[in-house]
Amino acid sequence: MALPNKAHGELKCVETPEVKEHDVDILIVGGGMAACGTAFEIKKWADDDMKILLVDKAAMERSGAVAQGLSAINTYIGDNTVDDYVRMVRNDLMGIVREDLIFNLGRHVDDSVHLFEEWGLPIWKKDDNNKNLNGKQGLKVGLLKDGAKPVRTGKWQIMINGESYKRIVAEAAKKALGEDNIMERIFIVELLNDKNEENRISGAVGISTRENVVHYFRTNAMMVACGGAVNIYQPRSVGEGKGRAWYPVWNAGSTYTMALRAGAELSMMENRFTPARFKDGYGPVGAWFLLFKAHLENSLGENYAASQAAKDELANFAPYGTAPITPTCLRNHLMLFEMKAGRGPITMTTPEALAKLGETMDKKELKHLEAEAWEDFLDMTCGQANLWCATNTEPEKKESEIMPTEPYLLGSHSGCCGIWVSGPDEDWVPGDYKWGDGGKVYSQMTTVKGLFTAADGIGCSGHKFSSGSHAEGRIAAKQMVRWVKNHADFKPEPNMTAQEAADMVWKPVKTWFANKDYSTMADVNPKYCKPAGMTMRLMKATNEYGGGVATYYQTNQKALEHLMELFQMMREDCELLAAGDLHELMRCWEIFHRIYTVEAHTRHIMFRKESRFPGFYYRTDFNFQDDENWFCFVNSSYDKNTNEWSMKKVPYHRIIPM
Amino acid sequence: MPSFVIAEKCDGCKGGEKTACMYICPNDLMVLDPNEMKAYNQEPDACWECFSCIKICPNQAIGVRGYSDFVPMGSDLVPMMGTEDIMWTCKFRNGNVKRFKFPIRTTPEGSSNAYADLKGDDLDSELLATETGKTLVAPIEAPVWKQ
Repeated sequence: MALPNKAHGELKCVETPEVKEHDVDILIVGGGMAACGTAFEIKKWADDDMKILLVDKAAMERSGAVAQGLSAINTYIGDNTVDDYVRMVRNDLMGIVREDLIFNLGRHVDDSVHLFEEWGLPIWKKDDNNKNLNGKQGLKVGLLKDGAKPVRTGKWQIMINGESYKRIVAEAAKKALGEDNIMERIFIVELLNDKNEENRISGAVGISTRENVVHYFRTNAMMVACGGAVNIYQPRSVGEGKGRAWYPVWNAGSTYTMALRAGAELSMMENRFTPARFKDGYGPVGAWFLLFKAHLENSLGENYAASQAAKDELANFAPYGTAPITPTCLRNHLMLFEMKAGRGPITMTTPEALAKLGETMDKKELKHLEAEAWEDFLDMTCGQANLWCATNTEPEKKESEIMPTEPYLLGSHSGCCGIWVSGPDEDWVPGDYKWGDGGKVYSQMTTVKGLFTAADGIGCSGHKFSSGSHAEGRIAAKQMVRWVKNHADFKPEPNMTAQEAADMVWKPVKTWFANKDYSTMADVNPKYCKPAGMTMRLMKATNEYGGGVATYYQTNQKALEHLMELFQMMREDCELLAAGDLHELMRCWEIFHRIYTVEAHTRHIMFRKESRFPGFYYRTDFNFQDDENWFCFVNSSYDKNTNEWSMKKVPYHRIIPM
Repeated sequence: MPSFVIAEKCDGCKGGEKTACMYICPNDLMVLDPNEMKAYNQEPDACWECFSCIKICPNQAIGVRGYSDFVPMGSDLVPMMGTEDIMWTCKFRNGNVKRFKFPIRTTPEGSSNAYADLKGDDLDSELLATETGKTLVAPIEAPVWKQ
């Protein structure tokens, strides 16, 4: 017998939490690469009496997408031009990007990489004989900023020994901002607009995941940067393995949902990222393609991507498909074509690739090559290394299968959904891409006054990765200080009192206490629903109707309309979420964030009547690229008072010639 | 590959000011049972297998067991964190063992330069503090817009 019903978690909720109020000038919501950039930069501009606070859902030392480490920095301009960087991002994202934002990031990003190296991040170098040196050996040839040559895999990527990447970056961030100005294990769940000026950020409310405390903040400026959205579509592994998401499983769409509910305009939310990765373990493929020169084969042993049929298919998506580097979505498109034709599984020819590289190597170099292959996984996807061990896979002897994953929403990797923000205050930025207040432009400010974002938060500018995210966090830091100085008289009065906000945040706990003893088993009770069940319900619905793996990423108007109906009921049922412990309360708010984020995604897919990103998703009723009608951004906004969404097309302005 | 805690080795970090795995887990999974003074992973199907708990545990009390829905039994991955390097022992299902050592940091822990005394000089420029004095590039063929 399960009675008496108890909460599962160790840290039980109490019926009435303590409410703590905080008054700050600048609130940094998030603790990942962007927030670390902000923390590093901000005091270099702020007056000494400015109160700045960073709140992180986890511990900065290992929070965000770089928690586990990385084996490469994917954005380092080096000897390239920033113009070419914009061209690369634009082509990979099928032409529709904010060139001003990408250019701005590109001209600052190397400064962040140079800081990482100075702080102790080991970066691979080329020696005088063009041989690779690891990050420790490479020190003898000097630093990147002094002209040492990194080991390039592609044109933009450089190899690192990045197991401790986030620890190093977080250390500098914490020192710069000061430990007293950082609160960890605080999950911000809702942003608050100002009572006197609706389109103005004024505060935020969140929960501690360690004690029964609601934290209520009043602020003049804010950055929201809490990553992308994961576990919004049913993963290919639905048991324990659903944690083995490609992107960090704790990214709950909080950035997008909190911003949209504050009234911020979103852009290109139809864009998603469906990475093709090593099957099940989701290990990275970049080094295998670029460094080890492996290729993919179908079940007949054909290098299908090099076929005439593939070239003909890519021509349907000109000029992107016919560019020298095939866009990521179209590489998926070609793979899916093989899979649907029954020519899967798709395998990566690791033995062939390593054998070919080995032809010109001595024994010591071969051993080093093997270590490089393993490090690629051990630095950033340990689970893939374990899967190789468990399946007796030695890459020099046994091939591995590649497969497109479930969809993810993000703005920093090879995807570009996010929030519509102002570009920098430069003459080469068109007038409708920059805005601010009082005649001044505030770079990276959303359409909500005082609310800034970075990294996964900024839409229409993918391929920033870890380094670009850090640089964007720094840009936002300076702009927020400038905002506060220019709005020194502002007295934030959030449109919810601390008690009203606390009641809203604590509602799932009230629901739990009011109903927990109705049934004899805490998880099955018709009076409430639990976040774990709601998560499965969301992922099943999106998978079946929203273009998940179940339908080879295909959807259409009718399926999307049905999905909207399911969302409506999910949102209504969120009112019945119940949490008996602090961990479960966090999960309640995460699923709330996920639902709104993926609803935004769905509305955008519905609005854009073409298939702009084949391989990521298909509108079977508009299964073509339609530049005549859809070469534009799609922006949306939401009004939480009326529960109404509005959608619009926004014109594209070209800054960098083709 | 959800993490698991070896009961015999875990002491709940009773000598420390915080339970290390609980402090570090990015997804709030590792928790302490205060009666038993043992930690455990409270939600294995939400584990990203990031190894943060394993790397930080002072007693080497945490391991991994591959996700039950696709990982065969018998493998093991053991990291040993140093201040400059990490050592990995990778045990295969068939008994093969591979060992790797990779650098993790080229400077002493705690030595990062936060440029604490640096102050930027022009708040209205687009330059970051460490870029002071530099000229930022503009597009090579910058367009002219009607503002």
